[in-house]
Amino acid sequence: MMQFMEGSLAVADAVRLCRPQVISAYPITPQTHIVEALADMVANCTLDAEYITVESEFSALSACIGASAAGSRVYSATTSQGLALMFEVCFNVAGMRLPIVMTIVNRALSAPLSIWNDQQDSISLRDSGWMQLYAEDNQEATDLHYLAYRVAEDHEILLPAMVCFDGFILSHTYEPVETLSQDQVDAYLPAFRPYQRLDAADPISFGMFASPDYYMEFRYEIDRALERAKERIARAGKEFGKQFGRDYSALVEGYQLEDAETAFVAMGSLCGTVKDAIDEMRAQGKKVGLLKIRCYRPFPGPDIAKALAGVKRVAVLDKNISLGSKGAVGLEVKDALYGSGIAVYDYIVGLGGRDLKKSDIAAIAALAEKGQGDQFYGLRQEVLR
Amino acid sequence: MALSVGCTARPGKSRSNRTGSWRVFRPVFKHDKCTKCGICALVCPEGCVEQSEDEFYEANYEFCKGCGLCSDECPAEDIEMEQEEK
Repeated sequence: MMQFMEGSLAVADAVRLCRPQVISAYPITPQTHIVEALADMVANCTLDAEYITVESEFSALSACIGASAAGSRVYSATTSQGLALMFEVCFNVAGMRLPIVMTIVNRALSAPLSIWNDQQDSISLRDSGWMQLYAEDNQEATDLHYLAYRVAEDHEILLPAMVCFDGFILSHTYEPVETLSQDQVDAYLPAFRPYQRLDAADPISFGMFASPDYYMEFRYEIDRALERAKERIARAGKEFGKQFGRDYSALVEGYQLEDAETAFVAMGSLCGTVKDAIDEMRAQGKKVGLLKIRCYRPFPGPDIAKALAGVKRVAVLDKNISLGSKGAVGLEVKDALYGSGIAVYDYIVGLGGRDLKKSDIAAIAALAEKGQGDQFYGLRQEVLR
Repeated sequence: MALSVGCTARPGKSRSNRTGSWRVFRPVFKHDKCTKCGICALVCPEGCVEQSEDEFYEANYEFCKGCGLCSDECPAEDIEMEQEEK
């Protein structure tokens, strides 16, 4: 059924249909509407789940660990500072191989304090062992939750997943969203079947000690599971397309790439703006295209190299910065295209809610054509010291 | 032993936790000047020094962490600490 919904509420509704048994979260702007809506559903008995209120995000994800290890399907959501406070716990979730799904409503990190959007928060946890999926619009944001649970709970994978979508730009924006029925979701997402669980009658402990003789192998196993996840995400995305008509089998998605000379690479809501800008540039005869990265972890390097094989230059739009280096996506795209001879330029854009307009996209294409890149784009020179 | 998914472990006694891999130096019981006094077995914090049938003492290297107390306390200076090579 097509409904006109706020992004956060659409996501909350999708989460309800995933039948989480335990939710623990701590509200923080701009994630608040999601957990508020879920708390309402639990209070109104439209969602049969345990809602655990806690005093911090650290506790929220810690409660999720306990619930997931006890054999429940578990959900949480956070953003920015909240995710930063979960840092330690995030690594534990992945190491204990607990298939928790968490929505990240992307927002900038302090200081200076900013409640506005960029993707620094989840990017900063790229090394934690979680899968990371980025949504372009609210439809995709809702759909990726079903997919995330399905892949995370696969016994060949057993890894947590972050479904990331841009704060305010998507979370607080009303868009038409095709919602699914409970029967449809049940047909796609089977009931949670834990690989192992806490059980007083047959006790185990999770996340024990590993001496130097074993630690590396544990890390290798997580890395290998992430590598396997590429194929599982593609399979689950294809199955989603078969059942509901929206195919998410591609980890990266091209737009007007066939004959493109300059290709943009972007993640999240920015892709919509870039596509509109591409349409305008194409009308002026400019051969430009876009490669959207939907799945950032595991990183689909070979898919990216294949999709961009025919272009002359690549302009990566990074809504994050690895301070002292470059944008995280730019660095990895450079790695994926290493030795290809294709020039890759990285542009730091949209930090802390700075808008990126269609005219900016055209200006970045012009910079890439001139061979100027690896820079912040759109700095206000007059305020710099 | 294959790794457990999620680094899980079942409850057990310290006997199932083989701590020998922690060792940097291993005590070597020479049985040369040994008087079989048994102080080495008494001071071992791991309780892994045992008397064998010939009444000499030996450390169980599956559990010995190489703390060196036995060597330090041996009145006959018959226990030498030798560097582990891994």
